[in-house]
Amino acid sequence: MNVNRRVEQLVRDEWPRLVATLMGDLGDLSLAEDAAQDAAEVALRRWLDDGIPDRPGAWITTVARRRAVDRIRRERVGREKAAKLARLEARLEGDDAIGEDHHAAGAELLRDDQLGLLFGCCHPALSIEAQMALTLRSIGGLTTQEIAKAFLVPESTMAQRLVRAKRKIAAAAIPFRIPGDSELLGRVGVVHHVLYLIYNEGYAASHGDDLIRHELTTEAIRLSRLLASLLHDDAETHGQLALFLFTESRRQSRTDAGGDLVLLGDQDRSRWDASLIAEGRTALDRAIARNAPGPFQLEAAINALHADAADAEATDWRQISMLYRELRRYRPTPIVTLNQAVAVAMAHGPSAGLTMLERKNLAADLDGYALFHSTRADLLRRLGDAAPVGEAEAAYRRAIELTENEPQRRFLRKRLKEVSP
Amino acid sequence: MKYACLIYSDENDPTIHPDPGSPEMAETMAAYQAFGTEAEGAGVIVGGEALVPTSAATSVQVRDGEVVTTDGPFAETKEQLGGFYLLDCETLDEAVSWAAKIPGSFYGTVEVRPVVEFD
Repeated sequence: MNVNRRVEQLVRDEWPRLVATLMGDLGDLSLAEDAAQDAAEVALRRWLDDGIPDRPGAWITTVARRRAVDRIRRERVGREKAAKLARLEARLEGDDAIGEDHHAAGAELLRDDQLGLLFGCCHPALSIEAQMALTLRSIGGLTTQEIAKAFLVPESTMAQRLVRAKRKIAAAAIPFRIPGDSELLGRVGVVHHVLYLIYNEGYAASHGDDLIRHELTTEAIRLSRLLASLLHDDAETHGQLALFLFTESRRQSRTDAGGDLVLLGDQDRSRWDASLIAEGRTALDRAIARNAPGPFQLEAAINALHADAADAEATDWRQISMLYRELRRYRPTPIVTLNQAVAVAMAHGPSAGLTMLERKNLAADLDGYALFHSTRADLLRRLGDAAPVGEAEAAYRRAIELTENEPQRRFLRKRLKEVSP
Repeated sequence: MKYACLIYSDENDPTIHPDPGSPEMAETMAAYQAFGTEAEGAGVIVGGEALVPTSAATSVQVRDGEVVTTDGPFAETKEQLGGFYLLDCETLDEAVSWAAKIPGSFYGTVEVRPVVEFD
Protein backbone atom coordinates (compact mmCIF):
# COMPACT_ATOMS: atom_id res chain seq x y z
CA MET A 1 0.00 0.00 0.00
CA ASN A 2 1.46 3.38 -0.90
CA VAL A 3 1.68 6.24 1.57
CA ASN A 4 -1.24 8.04 0.00
CA ARG A 5 -3.60 5.14 0.49
CA ARG A 6 -2.25 4.36 3.95
CA VAL A 7 -2.95 7.90 5.08
CA GLU A 8 -6.41 7.86 3.55
CA GLN A 9 -7.16 4.54 5.19
CA LEU A 10 -5.93 5.72 8.54
CA VAL A 11 -8.05 8.85 8.40
CA ARG A 12 -11.04 6.76 7.43
CA ASP A 13 -10.40 4.29 10.27
CA GLU A 14 -10.26 7.17 12.71
CA TRP A 15 -13.48 8.71 11.44
CA PRO A 16 -16.12 6.89 13.55
CA ARG A 17 -14.00 7.19 16.70
CA LEU A 18 -13.52 10.86 15.98
CA VAL A 19 -17.20 11.65 15.42
CA ALA A 20 -18.18 9.58 18.48
CA THR A 21 -15.68 11.41 20.67
CA LEU A 22 -16.78 14.84 19.44
CA MET A 23 -20.43 13.88 19.82
CA GLY A 24 -19.60 12.93 23.41
CA ASP A 25 -17.91 16.30 23.88
CA LEU A 26 -20.51 18.43 22.15
CA GLY A 27 -23.83 16.61 21.90
CA ASP A 28 -24.23 18.24 18.50
CA LEU A 29 -23.97 15.92 15.51
CA SER A 30 -23.63 18.58 12.80
CA LEU A 31 -20.85 20.33 14.66
CA ALA A 32 -19.17 17.00 15.47
CA GLU A 33 -19.17 16.00 11.81
CA ASP A 34 -18.03 19.39 10.57
CA ALA A 35 -15.11 19.47 13.00
CA ALA A 36 -14.24 15.86 12.14
CA GLN A 37 -14.29 16.76 8.44
CA ASP A 38 -11.98 19.73 9.06
CA ALA A 39 -9.57 17.55 11.01
CA ALA A 40 -9.65 14.78 8.41
CA GLU A 41 -8.67 17.27 5.72
CA VAL A 42 -5.83 18.66 7.83
CA ALA A 43 -4.61 15.14 8.63
CA LEU A 44 -4.63 14.11 4.96
CA ARG A 45 -2.45 17.11 4.08
CA ARG A 46 -0.11 17.12 7.05
CA TRP A 47 0.48 13.36 7.31
CA LEU A 48 1.45 13.21 3.65
CA ASP A 49 3.94 16.06 4.09
CA ASP A 50 5.29 15.38 7.59
CA GLY A 51 4.61 11.68 8.07
CA ILE A 52 2.09 9.92 10.29
CA PRO A 53 2.34 10.90 13.98
CA ASP A 54 2.92 8.31 16.73
CA ARG A 55 -0.65 8.36 17.93
CA PRO A 56 -2.72 9.46 14.96
CA GLY A 57 -6.01 9.04 16.85
CA ALA A 58 -4.99 11.44 19.60
CA TRP A 59 -3.46 13.82 17.05
CA ILE A 60 -6.58 14.06 14.91
CA THR A 61 -8.86 14.34 17.97
CA THR A 62 -6.91 17.34 19.24
CA VAL A 63 -7.05 19.02 15.84
CA ALA A 64 -10.79 18.36 15.61
CA ARG A 65 -11.40 19.83 19.07
CA ARG A 66 -9.46 22.97 18.14
CA ARG A 67 -11.47 23.27 14.93
CA ALA A 68 -14.67 22.80 16.92
CA VAL A 69 -13.59 25.65 19.20
CA ASP A 70 -13.03 27.86 16.13
CA ARG A 71 -16.39 26.94 14.70
CA ILE A 72 -18.24 27.60 17.97
CA ARG A 73 -16.54 31.00 18.32
CA ARG A 74 -17.79 31.94 14.85
CA GLU A 75 -21.34 30.80 15.63
CA ARG A 76 -23.95 33.31 16.63
CA VAL A 77 -24.18 33.69 20.37
CA GLY A 78 -26.29 30.91 21.77
CA ARG A 79 -27.15 29.76 25.24
CA GLU A 80 -24.96 26.72 25.02
CA LYS A 81 -22.00 28.41 23.39
CA ALA A 82 -20.10 29.09 26.59
CA ALA A 83 -20.79 25.64 28.03
CA LYS A 84 -19.62 23.89 24.86
CA LEU A 85 -16.46 25.98 24.73
CA ALA A 86 -15.63 25.31 28.36
CA ARG A 87 -16.12 21.58 27.87
CA LEU A 88 -13.93 21.49 24.78
CA GLU A 89 -11.17 23.55 26.34
CA ALA A 90 -11.07 21.23 29.34
CA ARG A 91 -10.73 18.26 26.98
CA LEU A 92 -7.97 20.03 25.05
CA GLU A 93 -6.01 20.55 28.27
CA GLY A 94 -6.46 16.85 28.91
CA ASP A 95 -5.16 16.09 25.40
CA ASP A 96 -1.87 17.84 26.22
CA ALA A 97 -1.43 15.88 29.44
CA ILE A 98 -2.62 12.55 28.09
CA GLY A 99 -0.39 9.49 28.55
CA GLU A 100 -0.63 5.90 27.34
CA ASP A 101 -2.29 4.71 30.58
CA HIS A 102 -4.93 7.37 30.32
CA HIS A 103 -5.46 6.39 26.71
CA ALA A 104 -6.11 2.75 27.64
CA ALA A 105 -8.54 3.77 30.38
CA GLY A 106 -10.44 5.80 27.81
CA ALA A 107 -10.97 2.76 25.57
CA GLU A 108 -14.08 1.63 27.44
CA LEU A 109 -15.53 5.11 27.30
CA LEU A 110 -14.74 5.31 23.61
CA ARG A 111 -16.53 2.02 23.05
CA ASP A 112 -19.65 3.36 24.76
CA ASP A 113 -19.38 6.59 22.77
CA GLN A 114 -19.28 4.66 19.52
CA LEU A 115 -22.23 2.47 20.46
CA GLY A 116 -24.10 5.57 21.60
CA LEU A 117 -23.41 7.15 18.23
CA LEU A 118 -24.68 4.03 16.50
CA PHE A 119 -27.90 3.87 18.53
CA GLY A 120 -28.43 7.61 18.08
CA CYS A 121 -28.06 7.42 14.31
CA CYS A 122 -30.39 4.41 14.33
CA HIS A 123 -33.03 6.06 16.54
CA PRO A 124 -36.59 4.96 15.71
CA ALA A 125 -37.84 8.56 15.98
CA LEU A 126 -35.98 9.14 12.69
CA SER A 127 -37.21 7.75 9.39
CA ILE A 128 -35.47 4.53 8.40
CA GLU A 129 -33.96 6.28 5.38
CA ALA A 130 -32.51 8.95 7.65
CA GLN A 131 -31.16 6.34 10.06
CA MET A 132 -29.26 4.60 7.29
CA ALA A 133 -27.95 7.82 5.81
CA LEU A 134 -26.77 9.13 9.18
CA THR A 135 -25.00 5.89 10.07
CA LEU A 136 -23.23 5.77 6.73
CA ARG A 137 -22.20 9.39 7.14
CA SER A 138 -21.29 9.52 10.84
CA ILE A 139 -19.92 6.02 11.33
CA GLY A 140 -19.13 4.82 7.83
CA GLY A 141 -17.64 8.19 6.88
CA LEU A 142 -19.23 8.03 3.42
CA THR A 143 -19.81 11.24 1.53
CA THR A 144 -23.32 12.44 0.80
CA GLN A 145 -22.73 11.58 -2.85
CA GLU A 146 -21.78 7.99 -2.07
CA ILE A 147 -24.77 7.57 0.23
CA ALA A 148 -27.06 8.97 -2.47
CA LYS A 149 -25.66 6.36 -4.87
CA ALA A 150 -26.23 3.57 -2.37
CA PHE A 151 -29.89 4.58 -2.00
CA LEU A 152 -30.40 5.34 -5.68
CA VAL A 153 -31.61 8.90 -5.03
CA PRO A 154 -30.29 12.26 -6.30
CA GLU A 155 -27.51 13.78 -4.20
CA SER A 156 -29.62 16.86 -3.37
CA THR A 157 -32.35 14.61 -1.97
CA MET A 158 -29.84 12.84 0.26
CA ALA A 159 -28.26 16.10 1.44
CA GLN A 160 -31.70 17.36 2.40
CA ARG A 161 -32.50 14.11 4.18
CA LEU A 162 -29.35 14.43 6.29
CA VAL A 163 -29.99 18.08 7.12
CA ARG A 164 -33.58 17.36 8.14
CA ALA A 165 -32.53 14.42 10.30
CA LYS A 166 -29.88 16.48 12.10
CA ARG A 167 -32.39 19.25 12.71
CA LYS A 168 -34.75 16.79 14.30
CA ILE A 169 -31.96 15.29 16.42
CA ALA A 170 -31.19 18.75 17.77
CA ALA A 171 -34.79 19.99 18.07
CA ALA A 172 -36.21 16.88 19.75
CA ALA A 173 -33.07 16.08 21.81
CA ILE A 174 -32.69 12.57 20.42
CA PRO A 175 -30.22 10.93 22.80
CA PHE A 176 -26.95 9.47 21.53
CA ARG A 177 -26.44 6.82 24.13
CA ILE A 178 -26.91 3.11 24.67
CA PRO A 179 -30.63 2.52 25.33
CA GLY A 180 -31.84 1.05 28.62
CA ASP A 181 -32.29 -2.71 28.99
CA SER A 182 -36.02 -2.65 28.27
CA GLU A 183 -35.55 -0.99 24.88
CA LEU A 184 -32.19 -2.45 23.96
CA LEU A 185 -33.23 -5.56 22.03
CA GLY A 186 -35.89 -3.72 20.05
CA ARG A 187 -33.36 -1.12 19.03
CA VAL A 188 -30.77 -3.67 17.95
CA GLY A 189 -32.82 -4.84 14.96
CA VAL A 190 -32.62 -1.36 13.51
CA VAL A 191 -28.86 -1.27 13.99
CA HIS A 192 -28.54 -4.68 12.27
CA HIS A 193 -30.42 -3.39 9.28
CA VAL A 194 -28.14 -0.41 8.94
CA LEU A 195 -24.90 -2.38 9.46
CA TYR A 196 -26.04 -4.79 6.78
CA LEU A 197 -26.34 -1.89 4.39
CA ILE A 198 -22.91 -0.56 5.26
CA TYR A 199 -21.41 -3.98 4.69
CA ASN A 200 -23.09 -4.29 1.32
CA GLU A 201 -21.93 -0.87 0.26
CA GLY A 202 -18.40 -1.87 1.17
CA TYR A 203 -18.58 -5.28 -0.41
CA ALA A 204 -19.79 -4.20 -3.81
CA ALA A 205 -19.60 -0.47 -4.32
CA SER A 206 -22.28 0.59 -6.75
CA HIS A 207 -19.94 2.70 -8.86
CA GLY A 208 -16.35 3.57 -9.57
CA ASP A 209 -13.27 1.45 -10.20
CA ASP A 210 -12.75 0.43 -6.61
CA LEU A 211 -14.60 -2.87 -6.56
CA ILE A 212 -14.23 -3.48 -2.88
CA ARG A 213 -14.13 -0.77 -0.31
CA HIS A 214 -12.33 -2.74 2.27
CA GLU A 215 -12.54 -0.06 4.92
CA LEU A 216 -16.34 -0.18 4.95
CA THR A 217 -16.62 -3.93 5.30
CA THR A 218 -13.94 -3.79 7.98
CA GLU A 219 -15.93 -1.10 9.71
CA ALA A 220 -19.16 -3.10 9.53
CA ILE A 221 -17.38 -6.16 10.93
CA ARG A 222 -15.73 -4.12 13.66
CA LEU A 223 -19.07 -2.67 14.72
CA SER A 224 -20.71 -6.08 14.46
CA ARG A 225 -18.06 -7.62 16.74
CA LEU A 226 -18.57 -4.77 19.17
CA LEU A 227 -22.34 -5.40 19.20
CA ALA A 228 -21.77 -9.12 19.68
CA SER A 229 -19.52 -8.48 22.66
CA LEU A 230 -22.09 -6.15 24.20
CA LEU A 231 -25.19 -8.21 23.37
CA HIS A 232 -23.80 -11.64 23.98
CA ASP A 233 -27.25 -13.30 24.19
CA ASP A 234 -28.67 -11.92 20.96
CA ALA A 235 -28.78 -14.66 18.30
CA GLU A 236 -29.21 -12.38 15.31
CA THR A 237 -26.24 -10.23 16.31
CA HIS A 238 -24.02 -13.32 16.17
CA GLY A 239 -25.80 -14.43 13.01
CA GLN A 240 -25.07 -11.15 11.32
CA LEU A 241 -21.45 -11.23 12.39
CA ALA A 242 -21.17 -14.78 10.98
CA LEU A 243 -22.69 -13.62 7.70
CA PHE A 244 -20.23 -10.73 7.41
CA LEU A 245 -17.26 -12.98 8.21
CA PHE A 246 -18.19 -15.69 5.69
CA THR A 247 -18.71 -13.09 3.00
CA GLU A 248 -15.50 -11.31 3.89
CA SER A 249 -13.54 -14.57 3.75
CA ARG A 250 -14.06 -14.61 -0.02
CA ARG A 251 -13.00 -11.03 -0.60
CA GLN A 252 -9.51 -11.81 -1.91
CA SER A 253 -10.77 -14.33 -4.45
CA ARG A 254 -13.59 -12.18 -5.72
CA THR A 255 -11.36 -10.39 -8.18
CA ASP A 256 -8.57 -11.66 -10.42
CA ALA A 257 -5.13 -10.17 -10.92
CA GLY A 258 -6.56 -7.67 -13.40
CA GLY A 259 -9.17 -6.52 -10.89
CA ASP A 260 -12.02 -8.26 -12.71
CA LEU A 261 -14.92 -9.87 -10.88
CA VAL A 262 -14.75 -13.65 -10.35
CA LEU A 263 -18.08 -15.35 -9.71
CA LEU A 264 -18.47 -17.61 -6.68
CA GLY A 265 -18.41 -20.76 -8.82
CA ASP A 266 -15.10 -19.82 -10.46
CA GLN A 267 -13.28 -18.64 -7.36
CA ASP A 268 -10.08 -20.27 -6.13
CA ARG A 269 -11.36 -21.58 -2.82
CA SER A 270 -7.90 -22.16 -1.45
CA ARG A 271 -7.69 -18.37 -1.25
CA TRP A 272 -10.72 -18.10 0.98
CA ASP A 273 -9.62 -16.80 4.35
CA ALA A 274 -9.71 -19.83 6.67
CA SER A 275 -9.43 -17.84 9.87
CA LEU A 276 -12.42 -15.65 8.96
CA ILE A 277 -14.40 -18.78 8.05
CA ALA A 278 -13.47 -20.34 11.40
CA GLU A 279 -14.54 -17.19 13.25
CA GLY A 280 -17.73 -17.20 11.20
CA ARG A 281 -18.52 -20.79 12.18
CA THR A 282 -17.95 -19.96 15.85
CA ALA A 283 -20.31 -16.98 15.55
CA LEU A 284 -22.95 -19.06 13.74
CA ASP A 285 -22.71 -21.85 16.35
CA ARG A 286 -23.11 -19.26 19.06
CA ALA A 287 -26.16 -17.82 17.26
CA ILE A 288 -27.83 -21.19 16.74
CA ALA A 289 -27.24 -22.12 20.41
CA ARG A 290 -29.51 -19.20 21.37
CA ASN A 291 -32.37 -21.06 19.66
CA ALA A 292 -33.94 -17.92 18.18
CA PRO A 293 -33.92 -18.24 14.40
CA GLY A 294 -33.80 -15.18 12.19
CA PRO A 295 -32.91 -13.93 8.73
CA PHE A 296 -29.22 -13.20 9.38
CA GLN A 297 -28.69 -16.71 10.72
CA LEU A 298 -30.33 -18.12 7.58
CA GLU A 299 -28.07 -16.06 5.35
CA ALA A 300 -25.05 -17.08 7.39
CA ALA A 301 -26.09 -20.75 7.11
CA ILE A 302 -26.29 -20.35 3.32
CA ASN A 303 -22.77 -18.95 3.31
CA ALA A 304 -21.54 -21.71 5.62
CA LEU A 305 -22.74 -24.23 3.02
CA HIS A 306 -20.64 -22.45 0.38
CA ALA A 307 -17.65 -22.58 2.69
CA ASP A 308 -18.24 -26.33 3.25
CA ALA A 309 -18.07 -27.21 -0.43
CA ALA A 310 -14.89 -27.94 -2.36
CA ASP A 311 -16.36 -26.31 -5.47
CA ALA A 312 -19.63 -25.08 -6.97
CA GLU A 313 -20.54 -28.58 -8.18
CA ALA A 314 -20.16 -30.07 -4.71
CA THR A 315 -22.32 -27.36 -3.13
CA ASP A 316 -25.61 -28.38 -1.54
CA TRP A 317 -27.73 -26.12 -3.76
CA ARG A 318 -30.96 -27.88 -2.84
CA GLN A 319 -30.49 -26.98 0.79
CA ILE A 320 -29.42 -23.47 -0.17
CA SER A 321 -32.56 -22.95 -2.24
CA MET A 322 -34.64 -24.17 0.71
CA LEU A 323 -32.85 -21.78 3.07
CA TYR A 324 -33.64 -18.95 0.64
CA ARG A 325 -37.28 -19.99 0.62
CA GLU A 326 -37.24 -19.79 4.43
CA LEU A 327 -35.46 -16.44 4.21
CA ARG A 328 -38.24 -15.07 2.01
CA ARG A 329 -40.63 -15.51 4.94
CA TYR A 330 -38.59 -12.89 6.79
CA ARG A 331 -37.58 -10.84 3.77
CA PRO A 332 -40.09 -11.06 0.97
CA THR A 333 -37.97 -8.80 -1.25
CA PRO A 334 -37.25 -9.11 -4.97
CA ILE A 335 -33.50 -9.42 -4.23
CA VAL A 336 -34.02 -12.52 -2.07
CA THR A 337 -36.17 -14.02 -4.82
CA LEU A 338 -33.38 -13.24 -7.27
CA ASN A 339 -30.88 -15.13 -5.11
CA GLN A 340 -33.30 -17.99 -4.66
CA ALA A 341 -33.65 -18.19 -8.45
CA VAL A 342 -29.87 -18.50 -8.77
CA ALA A 343 -29.83 -21.38 -6.26
CA VAL A 344 -32.81 -23.04 -7.97
CA ALA A 345 -30.99 -22.78 -11.29
CA MET A 346 -27.95 -24.49 -9.77
CA ALA A 347 -30.05 -27.24 -8.17
CA HIS A 348 -32.59 -27.81 -10.94
CA GLY A 349 -31.15 -26.22 -14.10
CA PRO A 350 -31.21 -22.77 -15.75
CA SER A 351 -34.76 -22.97 -17.07
CA ALA A 352 -36.17 -23.54 -13.55
CA GLY A 353 -34.24 -20.44 -12.43
CA LEU A 354 -35.45 -18.42 -15.40
CA THR A 355 -39.06 -19.33 -14.64
CA MET A 356 -38.64 -17.73 -11.19
CA LEU A 357 -36.90 -14.67 -12.63
CA GLU A 358 -39.50 -14.07 -15.29
CA ARG A 359 -42.41 -13.64 -12.93
CA LYS A 360 -43.96 -10.35 -13.98
CA ASN A 361 -43.68 -8.54 -10.66
CA LEU A 362 -40.05 -9.46 -10.16
CA ALA A 363 -38.99 -8.28 -13.62
CA ALA A 364 -40.83 -5.01 -13.08
CA ASP A 365 -39.40 -4.47 -9.58
CA LEU A 366 -35.83 -5.21 -10.62
CA ASP A 367 -35.78 -3.63 -14.07
CA GLY A 368 -33.38 -0.89 -12.93
CA TYR A 369 -31.09 -3.35 -11.16
CA ALA A 370 -27.96 -4.48 -13.00
CA LEU A 371 -27.64 -7.78 -11.14
CA PHE A 372 -31.12 -8.88 -12.23
CA HIS A 373 -30.18 -8.46 -15.88
CA SER A 374 -26.73 -9.99 -15.53
CA THR A 375 -28.21 -13.02 -13.70
CA ARG A 376 -30.89 -13.42 -16.33
CA ALA A 377 -28.31 -13.03 -19.09
CA ASP A 378 -26.16 -15.69 -17.47
CA LEU A 379 -29.03 -18.20 -17.24
CA LEU A 380 -30.01 -17.51 -20.86
CA ARG A 381 -26.38 -18.02 -21.90
CA ARG A 382 -26.32 -21.34 -20.08
CA LEU A 383 -29.52 -22.41 -21.83
CA GLY A 384 -27.59 -21.96 -25.08
CA ASP A 385 -29.58 -22.78 -28.20
CA ALA A 386 -32.70 -23.45 -26.13
CA ALA A 387 -32.91 -19.72 -25.31
CA PRO A 388 -34.81 -17.32 -27.59
CA VAL A 389 -32.45 -15.78 -30.15
CA GLY A 390 -30.79 -12.54 -29.06
CA GLU A 391 -32.26 -12.49 -25.52
CA ALA A 392 -29.02 -13.22 -23.69
CA GLU A 393 -27.27 -10.51 -25.70
CA ALA A 394 -30.02 -7.97 -24.95
CA ALA A 395 -29.89 -8.81 -21.24
CA TYR A 396 -26.09 -8.41 -21.10
CA ARG A 397 -26.36 -5.05 -22.86
CA ARG A 398 -28.98 -3.87 -20.35
CA ALA A 399 -26.80 -5.06 -17.44
CA ILE A 400 -23.74 -3.22 -18.83
CA GLU A 401 -25.83 -0.09 -19.24
CA LEU A 402 -26.87 -0.22 -15.57
CA THR A 403 -23.51 -1.19 -14.04
CA GLU A 404 -21.32 1.66 -12.91
CA ASN A 405 -18.65 -0.57 -11.50
CA GLU A 406 -15.79 -0.82 -14.01
CA PRO A 407 -14.52 -4.38 -13.25
CA GLN A 408 -18.08 -5.69 -13.34
CA ARG A 409 -18.62 -3.95 -16.64
CA ARG A 410 -15.47 -5.50 -18.08
CA PHE A 411 -16.65 -8.91 -16.94
CA LEU A 412 -20.04 -8.43 -18.55
CA ARG A 413 -18.47 -7.25 -21.82
CA LYS A 414 -16.40 -10.43 -21.91
CA ARG A 415 -19.54 -12.51 -21.50
CA LEU A 416 -21.37 -10.42 -24.09
CA LYS A 417 -18.71 -11.31 -26.66
CA GLU A 418 -19.28 -14.99 -25.94
CA VAL A 419 -22.97 -14.77 -26.85
CA SER A 420 -22.72 -12.33 -29.77
CA PRO A 421 -20.11 -13.58 -32.21
CA MET B 1 -36.21 20.51 27.31
CA LYS B 2 -39.99 20.81 27.18
CA TYR B 3 -42.16 18.46 25.18
CA ALA B 4 -45.86 18.81 24.41
CA CYS B 5 -47.61 15.45 24.49
CA LEU B 6 -50.69 15.91 22.34
CA ILE B 7 -53.34 13.26 22.94
CA TYR B 8 -55.39 12.30 19.89
CA SER B 9 -58.28 9.87 19.80
CA ASP B 10 -61.68 9.36 18.22
CA GLU B 11 -63.93 11.48 20.44
CA ASN B 12 -67.05 9.90 18.94
CA ASP B 13 -66.08 6.41 20.05
CA PRO B 14 -68.12 5.79 23.23
CA THR B 15 -65.76 3.02 24.36
CA ILE B 16 -62.95 5.58 24.44
CA HIS B 17 -64.98 8.53 25.67
CA PRO B 18 -67.72 7.22 27.93
CA ASP B 19 -70.53 9.36 29.28
CA PRO B 20 -69.62 11.59 32.19
CA GLY B 21 -70.69 10.01 35.43
CA SER B 22 -70.56 6.45 34.06
CA PRO B 23 -68.36 3.85 35.76
CA GLU B 24 -66.27 3.65 32.55
CA MET B 25 -65.60 7.37 32.76
CA ALA B 26 -64.57 6.96 36.38
CA GLU B 27 -62.04 4.35 35.24
CA THR B 28 -60.58 6.67 32.61
CA MET B 29 -60.34 9.49 35.13
CA ALA B 30 -58.63 7.19 37.60
CA ALA B 31 -56.10 6.15 34.95
CA TYR B 32 -55.27 9.78 34.18
CA GLN B 33 -55.05 10.59 37.86
CA ALA B 34 -52.60 7.74 38.37
CA PHE B 35 -50.47 9.01 35.49
CA GLY B 36 -50.62 12.55 36.89
CA THR B 37 -49.57 11.41 40.34
CA GLU B 38 -46.62 9.42 39.00
CA ALA B 39 -45.40 12.10 36.59
CA GLU B 40 -45.86 14.88 39.13
CA GLY B 41 -43.99 12.82 41.68
CA ALA B 42 -41.10 12.56 39.22
CA GLY B 43 -41.31 16.32 38.67
CA VAL B 44 -41.75 16.16 34.89
CA ILE B 45 -45.21 17.74 34.52
CA VAL B 46 -45.11 21.44 33.66
CA GLY B 47 -48.71 21.72 32.62
CA GLY B 48 -51.58 20.07 30.85
CA GLU B 49 -55.30 20.29 30.19
CA ALA B 50 -58.15 18.18 28.90
CA LEU B 51 -60.20 19.75 26.11
CA VAL B 52 -63.96 19.78 25.64
CA PRO B 53 -64.79 17.84 22.42
CA THR B 54 -64.53 19.58 19.04
CA SER B 55 -68.32 20.04 18.94
CA ALA B 56 -67.57 23.01 21.21
CA ALA B 57 -64.78 24.33 18.98
CA THR B 58 -64.83 27.63 17.14
CA SER B 59 -62.29 28.42 14.43
CA VAL B 60 -61.19 32.01 13.94
CA GLN B 61 -59.50 33.60 10.93
CA VAL B 62 -58.81 37.23 10.14
CA ARG B 63 -59.00 37.98 6.40
CA ASP B 64 -58.70 41.50 5.00
CA GLY B 65 -59.14 42.85 8.50
CA GLU B 66 -62.36 40.95 8.99
CA VAL B 67 -62.80 38.36 11.72
CA VAL B 68 -64.33 35.21 10.32
CA THR B 69 -65.53 32.64 12.82
CA THR B 70 -66.60 29.15 11.87
CA ASP B 71 -68.30 26.48 13.88
CA GLY B 72 -66.15 23.41 14.45
CA PRO B 73 -62.50 22.43 14.49
CA PHE B 74 -59.77 23.62 12.11
CA ALA B 75 -59.73 20.32 10.28
CA GLU B 76 -62.11 17.37 10.19
CA THR B 77 -60.02 14.38 11.18
CA LYS B 78 -60.70 10.85 12.33
CA GLU B 79 -58.91 11.46 15.61
CA GLN B 80 -59.08 14.76 17.44
CA LEU B 81 -56.88 16.56 19.90
CA GLY B 82 -58.48 15.83 23.25
CA GLY B 83 -55.88 17.16 25.64
CA PHE B 84 -52.22 17.65 26.27
CA TYR B 85 -49.45 17.51 28.82
CA LEU B 86 -46.41 19.73 28.87
CA LEU B 87 -43.48 17.68 30.16
CA ASP B 88 -39.97 18.71 31.12
CA CYS B 89 -37.58 15.92 30.11
CA GLU B 90 -33.92 15.64 29.33
CA THR B 91 -34.19 13.64 26.11
CA LEU B 92 -36.73 12.41 23.60
CA ASP B 93 -36.39 8.89 25.01
CA GLU B 94 -37.45 10.13 28.43
CA ALA B 95 -40.41 12.01 26.94
CA VAL B 96 -41.42 8.94 24.92
CA SER B 97 -41.28 6.73 28.01
CA TRP B 98 -43.69 9.12 29.79
CA ALA B 99 -45.90 9.44 26.70
CA ALA B 100 -46.21 5.65 26.69
CA LYS B 101 -47.76 5.89 30.16
CA ILE B 102 -50.44 8.43 29.21
CA PRO B 103 -53.73 6.47 29.08
CA GLY B 104 -54.49 8.04 25.68
CA SER B 105 -51.56 6.19 24.12
CA PHE B 106 -53.39 2.89 24.77
CA TYR B 107 -56.49 3.79 22.76
CA GLY B 108 -55.32 6.71 20.62
CA THR B 109 -52.07 8.38 19.66
CA VAL B 110 -49.82 10.66 21.65
CA GLU B 111 -47.79 12.99 19.46
CA VAL B 112 -44.61 14.16 21.16
CA ARG B 113 -43.51 17.60 20.00
CA PRO B 114 -40.52 19.50 21.35
CA VAL B 115 -41.39 23.02 22.45
CA VAL B 116 -39.46 25.90 20.89
CA GLU B 117 -37.27 27.54 23.48
CA PHE B 118 -36.45 31.10 22.52
CA ASP B 119 -33.03 32.31 23.56
